[in-house]
Amino acid sequence: VPEEKIDMSTYPVESIRNFSIIAHVDHGKSTLADRLLEITGTISKTDCNKQVLDKLQVERERGITVKAQTASLFYSHEGINYLLNLIDTPGHVDFSYEVSRSLSACQGVILVVDANEGIQAQTVANFYLAFEAQLSIIPVINKIDLKNADPERVEKQIEKLFDIPTDECIRISAKQGTNVETVLQKVIEKIPPPRCNTADPLKALVFDSTFDHYRGVIANVALFGGEIAKGHKIMSAHTKKRYEVNEVGILTPNEQPTHKLYAGQVGYLIAGMKEVTEAQIGDTLFLYKQPVEPLPGFKSAKPMVFAGMYPVDQTEYNNLKSALERLTLNDSSVTVHRDSSLALGAGWRLGFLGLLHMEVFNQRLEQEYNMSVILTAPTVPYKAILSSAKLIKEHGKDQITIINPAQFPDKLSVSEYLEPTVLGTIVTPHEYIGKIITLCQDRRAVQKDMLYIDENRVMLKYLFPLNEIVVDFYDALKSLSSGYASFDYEDAGYQSADLIKMDILLNGNPVEELATIIHSDKAYAAGKLLCERLKETIPRQLFEIAIQAAIGKKIIARETLKAYRKNVVAKCYGGDITRRMKLLKRQAEGKRLMRKIGNVEVPRDAFIRVLKREPDK
Amino acid sequence: AAPGGGPGRQRYRTGCCRDRPRCCRGTGPEPVPEPSAPATAALYVHWPYCRKRCSYCSFNTYVVPAVDEAAVRSCLVREAQTLLRLSQVHSVTSVFFGGGTPSLASPRTVAAVLEAVAGVARLAAGAEVTLEANPSSTSTSRLAGFRAAGVNRLSIGVQSLDDTELRLLGREHTAEEARKAVEAARGLFPGRTSIDLLFGLPGQSRDAWAQRLEAALGLCDEHISLYQLTLERGTALAARVRGGALPEPPQDLLADMYHTARTVLVAAGFRHYEVSNFARKGAISTHNLSYWRADQYIGVGPGAHGRFVPRGEGGRSREARVQTLEPVSWMREVQSQGHGTRSQAVLGPLEQLEEVLTLGLRTDEGVTHERWGHFSPQLSLQDVFGTPGEAQALQQQGWLVLDSGGLRCTWAGLAVLDSLLPDLLCQLQRRWGHRRGTEPVAGTRGL
Repeated sequence: VPEEKIDMSTYPVESIRNFSIIAHVDHGKSTLADRLLEITGTISKTDCNKQVLDKLQVERERGITVKAQTASLFYSHEGINYLLNLIDTPGHVDFSYEVSRSLSACQGVILVVDANEGIQAQTVANFYLAFEAQLSIIPVINKIDLKNADPERVEKQIEKLFDIPTDECIRISAKQGTNVETVLQKVIEKIPPPRCNTADPLKALVFDSTFDHYRGVIANVALFGGEIAKGHKIMSAHTKKRYEVNEVGILTPNEQPTHKLYAGQVGYLIAGMKEVTEAQIGDTLFLYKQPVEPLPGFKSAKPMVFAGMYPVDQTEYNNLKSALERLTLNDSSVTVHRDSSLALGAGWRLGFLGLLHMEVFNQRLEQEYNMSVILTAPTVPYKAILSSAKLIKEHGKDQITIINPAQFPDKLSVSEYLEPTVLGTIVTPHEYIGKIITLCQDRRAVQKDMLYIDENRVMLKYLFPLNEIVVDFYDALKSLSSGYASFDYEDAGYQSADLIKMDILLNGNPVEELATIIHSDKAYAAGKLLCERLKETIPRQLFEIAIQAAIGKKIIARETLKAYRKNVVAKCYGGDITRRMKLLKRQAEGKRLMRKIGNVEVPRDAFIRVLKREPDK
Repeated sequence: AAPGGGPGRQRYRTGCCRDRPRCCRGTGPEPVPEPSAPATAALYVHWPYCRKRCSYCSFNTYVVPAVDEAAVRSCLVREAQTLLRLSQVHSVTSVFFGGGTPSLASPRTVAAVLEAVAGVARLAAGAEVTLEANPSSTSTSRLAGFRAAGVNRLSIGVQSLDDTELRLLGREHTAEEARKAVEAARGLFPGRTSIDLLFGLPGQSRDAWAQRLEAALGLCDEHISLYQLTLERGTALAARVRGGALPEPPQDLLADMYHTARTVLVAAGFRHYEVSNFARKGAISTHNLSYWRADQYIGVGPGAHGRFVPRGEGGRSREARVQTLEPVSWMREVQSQGHGTRSQAVLGPLEQLEEVLTLGLRTDEGVTHERWGHFSPQLSLQDVFGTPGEAQALQQQGWLVLDSGGLRCTWAGLAVLDSLLPDLLCQLQRRWGHRRGTEPVAGTRGL
């Protein structure tokens, strides 16, 4: 790493390429990124360069990329020094919005497909994102070193599905470095330089932002015109706020300050923004005295799953609040609304991109902020078209979005309920088709398409109600296909649905965490399952506990947890009661942390344990 | 049993306190002066050896090729003398030889300990002296020897009267040998022979248990202890259950068995005077009763526990003491300094009350106002539990009674005591924290 700041003016637009790597999860995107970084000398070649771009602990643990990262690579080809900006993308369906965001700063993509697994659901989804953005696509078949690799077959799949000639595919092994140089050369040859001019006024697209506790907001920008340097006075097209630039630089992948950034380049800037919301993703920054037409920007991430989050102990409210604020600074896709409940006290209703996103967020709260929380049952954003004049007046509109089951309006005041749907893509070996079709039908899905992508692989498209896939569809699919089927989905609007609110009661008292909005066809089965699970989870108490599922006043399922009839230790041996006293005192202490529903005491984590389904169920 | 969770690290010695009597008491405020401790105590003596380890046993016992009995004897004698002097009790109310298998020791050892007791304090004439005995080491002549040594009560580990069950438990004796042992004991200790029985064995049916109980009633004297088998971690039996080789007894079955036993024994004229203990014709064990009444007791021998005020070194507070677990180390310590106390901890007033409550409620008399008042002169039983709160709710639900006799469990409440105690402890801790006056909150440590 040079001590002196790099002079970015030596990289004119013609020698710049901005690209992403897109792939289905585990097809080797991060490994390829590591190799590219090594070859270009961006990072030194060592054994421990594993997923350099995955910075978060959860990313490394779970083997998924949650947050897009960027790295500038320097590469000399045929006597010309090129600046290659690699904008990494997340590899899970929950985070696909990040992909489209990253692509907006690119002119091309490397589409990585596993030589053994072939095209998977996310390959399809990512391809279309790139295709629709009119980006150059470089197909790469990875893992050719594997014993079962069949690159020929994968080439045919790519031809059939994406209409790309087989001879355009590059066969590589990112792990062993085979043909990775070729990929870099193709990037230079096939991906056009960005079309823009340094002589134009500054036009910078904010495509990501992070928050640093010492330096404030760090905005990742792609320059579509002009140049930017320390001291420049800039303005946000979105907020109309003015800032003075403190620092600019490139990402390698850590921030490396430069004197300037020029049109076509990708880097970061720090300009005294205090909150991530000031660096709105998709916003355009320009020189305060030279306003420009803002770039089109893009749709902001839309939360698909909502859940209530409450501190286990209300005295922890402020700590949790500050942890949430800090974490959402770096994850602006989480929406946060204050919420409160009689049972759980003050808390929030959070919106997530998907269930994995919710889990990752929760895990980060625990790992990075040492917070443990109560999460309510996840719910999707339903809508209701109101018929009651009173309610319409109250809301100021006749259509409301319901993200909290507690606010589910009664059928009498509603003319129609609507549920969100998604178009799901499943790619599977054909032997699992039967089971998968049954699974989809169970989930109220409607088949839209079915296509053999080669002689034994099938792509299915189904229209799913979102709530049917949100909790455990992916696990179920993986389980019944021995892990071979893949799944991705995209937003497909709303459809009319026969929805009801189901309550879970313990000895007649509702458990707020478990109230759910559900399709009426599913209520009985779901109610029964929840009651059974609760029976296994709640410890026996001194009295019998009726566990019931109810719709309005009607009980649709019931389990009975019998009372403790004997619970007394037989013997305190030889006067040794110290251990016994410790245990009892711990139990007394635990009493204060129990969630009390009526007179029933429930451990705090019981409800989440109930909602998490075991893979084989 | 493995020596307990690293006691070595928090090793307190009475020795280190000799010059600076309060150096071990921490830096917290001095405990509230307590009412004068009675100058009496019960004495527990631990014999740590067995011929064979039972499959369910996790007690501090050792199976060794040869026991140097003379050495063990002299150490038991020496430690008894040291600790009795330390406690400055004038009178020992009862002695209990437990184990291990103390009936494997020679009557001489028992006699030596009893003589030592009598030499330091008064051992009241007729004071209860119990020996735990295994049916495999209780010939009439041995028993006579123990009687001559001063033992006047026997507690026989019958455990079951079925050979298959006895094998499952890893016992060395047969049902027939157990019967003979009990008969021999009753001949020598009429009215003062107790038998131990276990129920809730893996695979044991309710009917099988009822049969064992009938058989035991035909055999027993005036005292029966019956314990639900606890599958203790680390025992062979627990491993077999966890591994799936044996079924885990269902909760409801255990409740049924307990209920059956209580009903049958009460119908046979027994008083159910403690969770696991039944006596008729007044044959209750006064030694065990001293634990449940939170009287002073001194523990002698490897791993023995005690609760007493070490007045001999100027102590004014009740302490919880544990002797070194492992016999060889224990002996070395006794030989070098007169005792093998591994840990001693002052019990604050609240901790003492927690023990009074937890143990007292195990008995049919419960916690009397008098006993409570002895430990808590300011905050009465009524002050703590007579005010709205957990205890009143439990009273209304029929688990508990608070009246002129004190606080005690109902018949139904006794069977679920461990579900009542956390609530009662919460209430006690809360009331103690809010008690009138501005006394320093000594003893709330660790809450």
